[in-house]
Amino acid sequence: MGERNEALAMAQREADFSKVDRTRLVEALAAALPAQCLLHAQEDLQPYECDGLSVYRQVPMAVVLPRTEAQVVAVLRICSEQGVPVVARGSGTGLSGGALPHAHGVVLSLARFNRILELDANARIAVVQPGVRNLAISEAAAAHGLYYAPDPSSQIACSIGGNVAENAGGVHCLKYGLTVHNVIRVRAVTINGEIVEIGSKAPDGPGYDLLALMHGSEGMLAVVTEITVRLTPKPRLARCILASFDDVAKAGDAVAAVIAAGIIPAGLEMMDQPATAAVEQFVHAGYNLEAAAILLCESDGTPEEVAEEIERMRVVLEASGATDIRISGDEAERLKFWAGRKAAFPAAGRISPDYYCMDGTIPRKRVGEMLLAIQGMEGKYGLRCINVFHAGDGNMHPLILFDANQPGELDRAEAFGADILELSVALGGTITGEHGVGIEKINQMCSQFTTPEIETFFRVKAAFDPAGLLNPGKAIPTLNRCAEYGRMRVSNGQLPHADIERF
Amino acid sequence: MDELIREWRDRVRATASRGESLQLRGGGTKDFYGRAPVGEILDSRDYAGVVAYEPTELVITARCGTPLADLQAVLAERGQELPFEPPAFDEGATVGGCVAAGLSGPRRSSVGALRDFVLGTRIIDGRGEVLRFGGQVMKNVAGYDVSRLMAGSLGTLALMLEVSLKVLPKPVAERTLRFELQQAEALSRLNAWGGRPLPIGASFWHDGALSLRLCGAEAAIDAAGRELGGEVIAADEAAALWRDLREHRLPYFRSGGALWRLAVPTDAAVLPLDAPVAVEWGGAQRWFCGELAAKRVREVAEAVGGHATLFRGGDKGDGVFHPLQATIARINRRVKEALDPQDVFGRGRMYPVD
Repeated sequence: MGERNEALAMAQREADFSKVDRTRLVEALAAALPAQCLLHAQEDLQPYECDGLSVYRQVPMAVVLPRTEAQVVAVLRICSEQGVPVVARGSGTGLSGGALPHAHGVVLSLARFNRILELDANARIAVVQPGVRNLAISEAAAAHGLYYAPDPSSQIACSIGGNVAENAGGVHCLKYGLTVHNVIRVRAVTINGEIVEIGSKAPDGPGYDLLALMHGSEGMLAVVTEITVRLTPKPRLARCILASFDDVAKAGDAVAAVIAAGIIPAGLEMMDQPATAAVEQFVHAGYNLEAAAILLCESDGTPEEVAEEIERMRVVLEASGATDIRISGDEAERLKFWAGRKAAFPAAGRISPDYYCMDGTIPRKRVGEMLLAIQGMEGKYGLRCINVFHAGDGNMHPLILFDANQPGELDRAEAFGADILELSVALGGTITGEHGVGIEKINQMCSQFTTPEIETFFRVKAAFDPAGLLNPGKAIPTLNRCAEYGRMRVSNGQLPHADIERF
Repeated sequence: MDELIREWRDRVRATASRGESLQLRGGGTKDFYGRAPVGEILDSRDYAGVVAYEPTELVITARCGTPLADLQAVLAERGQELPFEPPAFDEGATVGGCVAAGLSGPRRSSVGALRDFVLGTRIIDGRGEVLRFGGQVMKNVAGYDVSRLMAGSLGTLALMLEVSLKVLPKPVAERTLRFELQQAEALSRLNAWGGRPLPIGASFWHDGALSLRLCGAEAAIDAAGRELGGEVIAADEAAALWRDLREHRLPYFRSGGALWRLAVPTDAAVLPLDAPVAVEWGGAQRWFCGELAAKRVREVAEAVGGHATLFRGGDKGDGVFHPLQATIARINRRVKEALDPQDVFGRGRMYPVD
């Protein structure tokens, strides 16, 4: 045992990969892969230049689309030997630029790992490849009365591998948990090309909880090639309450009151008035446009259980000052209530040329304060913001509306977003609940963590990836970056990163 | 910074510089678990108390030395609980020890394990640095999940100062049903029931009887009771059963021999172990109390894709925890080094030092 130095070198400043030899790399990859699994012509690389966060773009040196685990091993060995950065990519729906290519690196697309390998209804598990779409698992399990619970809003397109990389949530995670609570095993390849099994069908494996580390690790520890998920019995019935409030703070208090009453709703979502106005134009969900905020409050279970819980929730919401309460009478009406919430992002895209989605999580009781502060920021930056919010777990998605073609608007939107993230930290929360840090929020990580904490993250990374080749430059900022960013967390009265050169 | 934390930091640094080891210890109720603790004792009970509890946020933050029973009493006042039902195993169990041991009780199969409820920690690492990871919110993907790593680490990674745990309301109602069944039939039914939307909270099979604990809304339990049949057990008798199971106070766990815990897929068939077993977690946790070579027990677990832990008693000479695959073992060692490069904490408690 003892101190190792590579992690600290990594933590200090971003590695320089400009010496990567493109010709040598492409030759080695071409020798290891069938021709259709390797892209290196400029026009073929273009589609991979960004993920769901398209303000950041970078064309990689090469894109590989392996079909087998042996090919993944071969690619990683080559990159390891030649010191080439590797960015793993699923469906490319990520919202934080986690799959943004590296200029001197390879994008490893897992799009062809798209098969469900095993679905065991009796054991209630599915073994899937990482490129399988989230929703495809539930579709395959439906015949057995089962489903895969985490349901990020992009579930129709996003891959389960990406869900592991970001520890994706969704609208039902207060009751059913995040990805980390629903994945029991991953099989992965390390940067050296070694295959590891982390977790298993048996619970609570020996050793440290590496499965927890893999979740939300943004492709920086190992490349996942197989995932075993837990399937959940589909509830017999779900019903939803649509409650209107004339005041945002009252809606926030109602959320707390529901939970204080001992109820864990299957879903608990809030939208503010600008958000309901935006969606109602496109999806006629029947939201009360007079309301300052609406809550969607869902119950699922047996018909008896749902009837009992809906009644308890109705009483609490009424006592909390709801001005209007509607309860879905049938499945069609329930889906109509949800249609508005699920259309929030597309609606933002239709009322504004561009929008920028935030992802901070704050303690629920601070929601009123946050919304008020956001109103102030709208004035400060001269931009509108609509708010949708996983109220049950405090995860907010303010959507900042802007037009990238107007000079200065993108910069103002980014500054607006950075303000929201820093306020999230100041209110006792975090800069990202479920979208990941990626490249987008990397500077704000400097506000959330101190120098020794950031060094610890680099050491954890080095435990898996000593050379720092997996997705370098993402998720965890170098100390130099933090010094340049200049907005660091002061802890215990000491200036953090005090030992770093400043520019 | 708290005077005590300064003192502990200095002590960690001094111990590291001497190349020695510290045994992080609360009430000592889990001393039996894992390999023998070594090193000077650092008593976490000096740092106790609930730091923050906000029932409507479903989060409690407590100092490591807080008695587990105190924390549970604070939650109970507001109708909430730690739903993974951690075993105390004796009076004096602390919150820090509970998280470090990483053990979950009867409801683990329905609500999740202890690690699923860890939201954040404040620690002193092996360099004597005070670090904070995670937080007090349910969803948080900023940085690697170092706080969850503390669960089950047996005090080998860091000294946990504080931990934030997600809590939940207690179930509105509970009912325990009993079925006379042989093990194979019980396993088959547990797996079949597990695939249906039934409010099953916990299960326990031993000696020809399956006990099934329903937890949830009154109406759901009534409906499930009609659907499942079985004999309804009196509430106080049921409460005693689940408590004694969790605390290993049932006679089965007190027979004195080596107690093995085999974690297996729920649908694994009856294991070829030639002594009575007890089954929990819908089939995923199987206790085995008998004299069998460690190698043989591990083979039995591995044959069905599981793993085995020598939980209590027996000969620890052949290791306590299931051997790790070589690459995983290397990553484990490097994770340990990342947090505790001089091996100050819990030396050799999980695996022998090489």
